[in-house]
Amino acid sequence: MHELSIAVSMVERIIEESENRGGLRVEAVHLKLGVLSGVDKDALMFSYEVACEGTFLAGSTLVIDSVPLLIYCDSCGAEGAPESMQHIACPRCQRPSHKIVRGRELEVSALELAA
Amino acid sequence: MSTAPRLIEVRAKVLKQNDLLARELREQFRRSGVYVVSLVSSPGSGKTAFLEKVLARTGINHRVAALVGDLATENDAARLRRAAPQVKQITTGTICHLDAQMVKKGLEEWDLENLDFLFVENVGNLVCPSSYDLGEELRVVLLSTTEGEDKPLKYPTIFNGADVAVITKMDLAAATEFDLMATRRNIQSVRPGMQVFEVSSKTGQGMNEFISFLCGRFEAARTATMS
Repeated sequence: MHELSIAVSMVERIIEESENRGGLRVEAVHLKLGVLSGVDKDALMFSYEVACEGTFLAGSTLVIDSVPLLIYCDSCGAEGAPESMQHIACPRCQRPSHKIVRGRELEVSALELAA
Repeated sequence: MSTAPRLIEVRAKVLKQNDLLARELREQFRRSGVYVVSLVSSPGSGKTAFLEKVLARTGINHRVAALVGDLATENDAARLRRAAPQVKQITTGTICHLDAQMVKKGLEEWDLENLDFLFVENVGNLVCPSSYDLGEELRVVLLSTTEGEDKPLKYPTIFNGADVAVITKMDLAAATEFDLMATRRNIQSVRPGMQVFEVSSKTGQGMNEFISFLCGRFEAARTATMS
């Protein structure tokens, strides 16, 4: 499980972003998590709480938005969501493609501040 | 006064530090003309045995070195030193993967200018290493014939993030009734277009193909840097 390492990096990034903006009172953190990011959602939720301890983010909420896989198909020129991670092929023409457009995200997208 | 929470857009990549460092390493590797290959697989798939042979073979005409990651022990490094003089063990303690910082630290006393190939053997794990860029040029995922044919389907992320796949322990394929076609199909299903090699570190099967592939990549990278 590497989610704790990920959560620690995440907390460091949020603190950095917050300080760059003159110090924010963060209540919730929104994270975009691609299905091909290699990170497990539940393990990250748990690790986030642990990683926040002793920082000003303690008690903040983590909101995870899962990003489904989206590929570009060279054969028919369409973008589409493959049937699954186990079968990465164009949903339109069924040809396999390795051009991943979305699905690898591991990115804090927004910070929710205390009113 | 409004009590509605304010939302600030940030777009902050969680692994920014690692990604930046990996990019720096990649540039440094290219400037120094060293071709960096990383190996990922589950524990016991034969990474070290394979690397031992690859080091010995590439070491005939090239200057080679290896960094090898494990949670504990220096055993793998000791083994690989039989094949190449420059081998360093990275012990990660409880960490289940290598990251760019560990690679950078592992390289501290080495002069990259004096190397052609650098191999980085990751900790045996099919999950965690997939999130971390190490600055390598080529990521090789290994799968042995003693594992299930459906490994690629169970761990699509690590297979999808790799550049080539190597099926190891081909000498045991018959004994384990390994279904090669099904495995190849599963690999293509999670990582369309991936080149697959079949090798046996024990008998040497398929090693010529893999070594000429590596040398081809090395020459192409060197030509690209010089032009």
